[in-house]
Amino acid sequence: MSRLAATFARTAASGRAALVAFVTAGDPTTDATGPILDALVAGGADAIELGMPFTDPMADGPAIQAANIRSLAQGTRTADILAIATAFRARHPDVPLVLMGYGNPMLRRGADWFAEAAAKAGVDGVICVDVPPEEDDALGPQLRAAGIDLIRLATPTTDAARLPTVLDGASGFLYYVSVAGITGLQQAQQGSIEDAVARLKAQTDIPVAVGFGIRTPEQAANVARVADGVVVGSAIVELVAQHGTAAAEPVRAYIKSLADAVASARKVPA
Amino acid sequence: MNAPLAPNSYRAQPDERGHFGDFGGRYVAETLMPLVLELDEAYRAAKADPAFKAQFDDLLEHYVGRPSPLYYAERLTEALRESAPEGMGAQIWFKRDELNHTGAHKINNCIGQILLAIRMGKTRIIAETGAGQHGVATATVCARFGLPCVIYMGAKDVERQAPNVFRMKLLGAEVRPVTSGAHTLKDAMNEGMRDWVANVHDTFYIIGTAAGPHPYPEMVRDFQSVIGTEARAQMLARTGRLPDMLVAAIGGGSNAIGLFHPFLDDADVQMLGVEAAGHGLDKQHAASLAGGFPGVLHGNKTYLLQDEDGQITEAHSISAGLDYPGIGPEHAWLRDIGRVQYDSATDTEALDAFQLLCRTEGIIPALEPSHAIATVTKKAREMRQDQIILANLCGRGDKDIFTVAEALGVAI
Repeated sequence: MSRLAATFARTAASGRAALVAFVTAGDPTTDATGPILDALVAGGADAIELGMPFTDPMADGPAIQAANIRSLAQGTRTADILAIATAFRARHPDVPLVLMGYGNPMLRRGADWFAEAAAKAGVDGVICVDVPPEEDDALGPQLRAAGIDLIRLATPTTDAARLPTVLDGASGFLYYVSVAGITGLQQAQQGSIEDAVARLKAQTDIPVAVGFGIRTPEQAANVARVADGVVVGSAIVELVAQHGTAAAEPVRAYIKSLADAVASARKVPA
Repeated sequence: MNAPLAPNSYRAQPDERGHFGDFGGRYVAETLMPLVLELDEAYRAAKADPAFKAQFDDLLEHYVGRPSPLYYAERLTEALRESAPEGMGAQIWFKRDELNHTGAHKINNCIGQILLAIRMGKTRIIAETGAGQHGVATATVCARFGLPCVIYMGAKDVERQAPNVFRMKLLGAEVRPVTSGAHTLKDAMNEGMRDWVANVHDTFYIIGTAAGPHPYPEMVRDFQSVIGTEARAQMLARTGRLPDMLVAAIGGGSNAIGLFHPFLDDADVQMLGVEAAGHGLDKQHAASLAGGFPGVLHGNKTYLLQDEDGQITEAHSISAGLDYPGIGPEHAWLRDIGRVQYDSATDTEALDAFQLLCRTEGIIPALEPSHAIATVTKKAREMRQDQIILANLCGRGDKDIFTVAEALGVAI
């Protein structure tokens, strides 16, 4: 069983959602990312999304845009990101690690190269924002051949007619982007998230994780009540922006507050 | 290396997924994907509807001022023959798209896209702009049809192109300076995509060049093909023959593809696209074909200026309209199969050509076609006097006089 499948099975068995935490690699420095990832795990994150910085992050809001710029400005290279992943895998043999980013840096040396390098670094899954199912040939077959899950995104604009296209070839988990918009800004209404998750779960057996705009423990708990996973990104990235190389402890404390909320979300008071 | 087999027609691209050979496609976020599919469907329906074409043609004639003239540049031709070898010095003709309403070819595409937006029931228009020409053209059609309009423009370009910013405001558009990234055209396009993704229900994104996710490259090409269709008929009527060579400047490539496309199956017509070599191809430039590598940006796969990790690098050209690190995917395909040749001209060569055209023909060209003219001056001397070069004069230079004055060290 893959690390992602094992993790979602474990959290489901203990009656809770998985907490998935995102940070941008190399922000504020490549050396600082390892301790921040450790802090995410220590705080209770069940899986990690490691953002690959890109010069043109079209789907991201101001917080993650700025993180991309900070990372690239201090010289983060693709090799550094893979080294961060390799070191993380050595320290945390069981925690799933997903690379998230845009197509161009993944395709630059060829999709085969990227898939093999990611597999060698112990990466479990890849989320590519701008390679939709229609362009799956560009990246999907290579990732699958390397044993890496291609995590697909569904959004409020993904209608019933389109959903099978999205699910075809999806694995690991389905990432439901709860807002039609960019990362880190508004949060969706709870009712619309519940409807969407129910709609998605009726069509697929893979876990459904919900992200975009989730930042408080209360919001995380609300989503955790209905989804298999809760993804938090911009709020963590903002803490890194605020605390820089000293971000590990505040990040750990923040993740702990989310993890506690997620853990108790489905326990109905007697 | 085996050359790819020549297709039966060079005009049959893209395929139904928007691929021009290996290029093009729909590399967009999932939120936009249903919209892009809806746009494709709406465009197919419009293309098949004679009423849509009639409306487009009517506006081009009575609002834009088409057909634009085809002009034989006699004094420029003579001037170049003076320094050409005996018997050499091709005739130079210009397609005068700088005489369009708003002063450039951009308006052709904007008319087509706003008619489509209205047809689709969209009530809000957004666009990106570099130099401001596409922004002005978009603001113009929004004023004409009474739709609210937001233009994204790099903060640096807002500063460099103050007259066009004021024009857009006069036309009722809201100009939003973009301060992300390097504050130029590609960042404005990123911000346009972010706006679109957050306002998919009511917003139509009028992309200004023959790039972006399918169907934009095809759609923009189709709307701009009026340039080549007119030019081909005009040339046949005036000279009884087709030109030997077409030349056009390339940023994203919309004026060039508009001129080239109707001639692609005329085997004897050579075509030359001219990229901006900026300070030189070994320095900072905007020549994606000459100095780039295939990759994925802004919804399509094409040649991009990028580093070895796939990070997009900043383009440079004296012409803000060519200052973009990518190129339309159809050009990438035409280059790879060898149907169109691509060359480049530096800032300095463009400035020289700009001044040459002013003095020989009494036409102040924009800096974008000045790159094409620079290459024409070289090619004409290598071709016989009975041969014909047709170049696209895609914009007028009023907007550029401040930039040119600064480059020439003149205070105005």
